[in-house]
Amino acid sequence: MTDEIQSSADGRAAPGYSYGYLDAQTKRMVRRAVLKAVAIPGYQVAFASREMPLPYGWGTGALHITASLIGPDDVLKVIDQGADDTTNAVSIRRFFARTAGVRTTEATADATVIQTRHRVPERPLGPDQVLVYQVPIPEPLRWIEPREPECRRMHALEDYGALYVRLYEDIAHIGRIATSYNYPVMVNGRYVMSPSPIPKFDNPKLDRMPALQLFGAGRERRLYAVPPYTTVKSLDFEDHPFEVQHWETPCGLCGATDSFLDEVIVDDAGGRLYVCSDTDHCARRRAIRDGSATRAPWRDDTDGPEVA
Amino acid sequence: MTATMPINDPPPLLTVDGLTKHYDRHVGCAAVSFTLWPGEVLGLVGESGSGKTTLLACLAGRLTPSAGAVRFRTRAGAVVDVHRVAEPERRRLMRTEWGLVHQTPRDGLRLDVSAGANIGERLLTAGERHYGRIRATALDWLAAVEIDQARIDHRPSTFSGGMQQRLQIARTLVNRPQLVYMDEPTGGLDVSVQARLLDLLRRLVSDLGLAAVLVTHDLGVVRLLSDRLIVMRAGRVVEAGLTDQVLDDPQHPYTQLLVSSVLSV
Repeated sequence: MTDEIQSSADGRAAPGYSYGYLDAQTKRMVRRAVLKAVAIPGYQVAFASREMPLPYGWGTGALHITASLIGPDDVLKVIDQGADDTTNAVSIRRFFARTAGVRTTEATADATVIQTRHRVPERPLGPDQVLVYQVPIPEPLRWIEPREPECRRMHALEDYGALYVRLYEDIAHIGRIATSYNYPVMVNGRYVMSPSPIPKFDNPKLDRMPALQLFGAGRERRLYAVPPYTTVKSLDFEDHPFEVQHWETPCGLCGATDSFLDEVIVDDAGGRLYVCSDTDHCARRRAIRDGSATRAPWRDDTDGPEVA
Repeated sequence: MTATMPINDPPPLLTVDGLTKHYDRHVGCAAVSFTLWPGEVLGLVGESGSGKTTLLACLAGRLTPSAGAVRFRTRAGAVVDVHRVAEPERRRLMRTEWGLVHQTPRDGLRLDVSAGANIGERLLTAGERHYGRIRATALDWLAAVEIDQARIDHRPSTFSGGMQQRLQIARTLVNRPQLVYMDEPTGGLDVSVQARLLDLLRRLVSDLGLAAVLVTHDLGVVRLLSDRLIVMRAGRVVEAGLTDQVLDDPQHPYTQLLVSSVLSV
């Protein structure tokens, strides 16, 4: 937490003030919407999105949820495309450290609330954790049916045939289902849901995850949820089952063969390197491999359990 | 269904009773009643603005009538009131028990997805989840409506008007509805294409044992395809009967005018 700015001397919000940036009324409203979303897995609940001190598209929806959920005992982790050190992640982490004085971490295992943009951490999450997704477009039917009332009717009537037309087109033209991110899922056998633009590599992690998953879309003013241990099935055909991406090379830094890899251009000669997009996962594996440390070298707070 | 019924006395497929649709103070159609039996083709003729399309939309469940009822007998033998039944059930019926062929193929097709996907959509909506089977069915239907099978992955926007209309028919008939509503299926096509389409429709209707309600203002089309005929004017039925009877011996002045206006070459 050396990079975090503390708002008050003891790192806690001042007594008498609402904790976590939002006013109490707004938090109550968001929590009510969250409760409704949890009660109807995959259903998009409207909420009165407030103006937030960062632009739409940077995670305002997830920011609402995080601000409504965190308490003084929580430990917050924020990732953007799997990384803890990108602008979006650093900004939001510092925002909460500053306005709520909440403890923050980069270790997946130590976090109680993880706000994420476009990835699910590689390390399996536990029942005492909450994963909050930043969602740009919550409506999985948006590119199939432009009319919002018709989309809602299609959800209400479980009228999802048109979604499969898109998958059919992929196979007809490319020979396989080419959708690689924001791959629609069926939640609890009832609602089709956009998992936010996570790679489809992460879709299987959503299924029966012990952690609570919440999705917030600030611009569209919708939030939805996948309660713990809920079935989440990626849409597919019987003869073209759902598949995740595979890489022929392991991670260039830690050697992982089972994680989601980013392609990085390393020089002007077209040299490239595939590395884990989950920076915490990668750094921990390297620390263990190097044998020097049982924890990541930059962390000076208490130890979490190590990766398997 | 007919196998279990006495052959001479099948129950009606569709019973329309006093169907009325007002648009504000204007009359779309008024007090239309008729009965349609399985396998029967009913022609619906009348001048432009006489309420044919309104009536068809009410029959197909796309418009809610102001008064009257449309009762449909499903394959399972249940008689449902099309406008009283819950919306999920109505949508299911619209996709499995009957189909609607639009006047303009662009209204009835998805122009931005391939011909195969257009045909497959009704199957997908009905719960088919096997790509290979959908593909095979789509190929069969392209052949059935005389479209080159090599064009299965082409978008309908690259098709000619006649091909689009035939694709729309394939898309509508792919899951074997009992009844098909056709709104001017040959409108806007040149005469030779019309003739081919009519041949095709006649063959499909007899092969599949389809019942059909055919809206047109082309008396040649009804003469060729329909068993019975309803003549509409200003939203009302002015004459009804067997097609040959109405066309050969028209009783109402408007029908007489209509029949006498047909050009013969």
